[in-house]
Amino acid sequence: MRALEVDGLDVDLGGRPVLRDVRLHLDRGELVGLLGPNGAGKTTLLRAVLALIRTRGGRVLVEGKPARPGRSGIGYVPQRHEFSWDFPISVEQAVMSGRTGRIGLLRRPGVADWRAVGDALDRVQLTDLRRRPAGELSGGQRQRVLVARALALAPSILLLDEPFTGLDMPTQELLGDLFVSLAQEGRAVLMTTHDLIAAVDSCTRLVLLNGRIVADGRPADLQDADLWTRTFGVSATSPLLKLVRAA
Amino acid sequence: MSIADFLTDLFNPDLAFLPKALAIAVMSSIVCGVVGCYVVLRGMAFIGDAVAHAVFPGIAVAFVLQGSLVLGGAVAGVVTALLIAVFSQNRRVKEDSIIGVFLVGAFALGIVIISQAPGYAGSLQQFLFGSITGIPDRDLYVVGGAGLVILGLVLALHKEFVAVCLDREMSRSMGLPVFWLDIALYVLVTLAVVISLQTIGNILVLALLITPAAAARLLTDRLGVMMLLAPVLGGTSALVGLYLSWSYDTPVGGTIVLVATIGFLVAWLFAPRHGLLTRRWRRPPTQGPTDDSRAPAFAPEPGSSPAVG
Repeated sequence: MRALEVDGLDVDLGGRPVLRDVRLHLDRGELVGLLGPNGAGKTTLLRAVLALIRTRGGRVLVEGKPARPGRSGIGYVPQRHEFSWDFPISVEQAVMSGRTGRIGLLRRPGVADWRAVGDALDRVQLTDLRRRPAGELSGGQRQRVLVARALALAPSILLLDEPFTGLDMPTQELLGDLFVSLAQEGRAVLMTTHDLIAAVDSCTRLVLLNGRIVADGRPADLQDADLWTRTFGVSATSPLLKLVRAA
Repeated sequence: MSIADFLTDLFNPDLAFLPKALAIAVMSSIVCGVVGCYVVLRGMAFIGDAVAHAVFPGIAVAFVLQGSLVLGGAVAGVVTALLIAVFSQNRRVKEDSIIGVFLVGAFALGIVIISQAPGYAGSLQQFLFGSITGIPDRDLYVVGGAGLVILGLVLALHKEFVAVCLDREMSRSMGLPVFWLDIALYVLVTLAVVISLQTIGNILVLALLITPAAAARLLTDRLGVMMLLAPVLGGTSALVGLYLSWSYDTPVGGTIVLVATIGFLVAWLFAPRHGLLTRRWRRPPTQGPTDDSRAPAFAPEPGSSPAVG
């Protein structure tokens, strides 16, 4: 059974078509990069997989079952600005907030919840900073807090929205290594990014999206310049293409 | 007036309204302090303001019909909060504009209604600026009971409120009923406002929600501590404010709010970690790399546990 299967997905936003006939699948152990220009529908696709928006047609299966908020084993790592970093909360409380839905109303976190949070913090190597106010962390550390928050649910699928944006190269490299190993441990990881170098370097597969799926394959198989000019709408002399050839 | 004189007055049977006013002011400040933490942390001060003004028509109707002011205010406030929540779902007009429309509309409605009641000028002033006289015994129990209900609901929904404050999108993906949690929070803010109206008045009630919680935020980086500090600051402001108001014959609502404001300014200047003056005194300007927060702490430090899958 596939970890994630998207079949013939159509999504409209505000009456405007955003995604058309999107087909995409993810297996455990894969790290897939979702690339496309602004407005290509990358975040919309993630939100559709999370069942946060109404779809017009097609279906999304998570572990063979239709996706539903709070019911499926998806860990979501939104863009860093979605999180209120000025909130007075420690790193481990921020990670625990990811389990709020699972703990349920009128209940307090139990031993199993704290263990899951501890494991998630260990996994992203933030255990030493667990009592630090979340707002005092650097950009890369914040990104790891959000990853740990998603991991606290022990998901089989991880969705990462622009995890590299605004981070320097060493930090990107460290995060890239983390995502690779998270996939190798048996999770299916889908990551949107504008960072071509990091994507080509660490992803097992790249998906080019611009309203539709333009291409889907291993980085080495996507050398055809035409695919990239069609996805990003750039000219044949764009530096983007030099990057692709060099990679 | 000395504090001993104030205590004598508090227990003077001829001044029975004074301990009642004190009890209500302190209780409502405590409740507002707790609820205000969410208001401050979510940056929804404007919603607090809207709800505070929106209770006015309900109070006016209750006044005209000789009904319970607390109940009338609560109904009007909750209705307005619901209207704001529903209308905000349409993203064409931003939420703050929706709030602005209903805030002023509700207040205007209140003014028109209360102008129909004979001798309204005096009552109007009482609504707007608060008063310590004329509080029925019944209100003491209503405020106390409502306060306990509010604090109980805060305790029950705290975890969910925090999750929604932190990250709405993530909360939705966890299956939390974000819309209904918003409504619940609006209703709690409304109830906290309504029980505080009597002594503080309609115009100034926002201060009880915002000022103690904002001061508490300056004093700590821990949410639990903040939610204990804010009611303590609010309750103390009410106590000191009422004492000063009684001693110097100043308006009670205004005096309480001024005391709270001074508390906020003191916190701004002297807060242990982030205070303006504390920072200046403690840390002489240093040379060299100060931005240690960016240091790559990713490599496992000595003593840290190894990664587990």
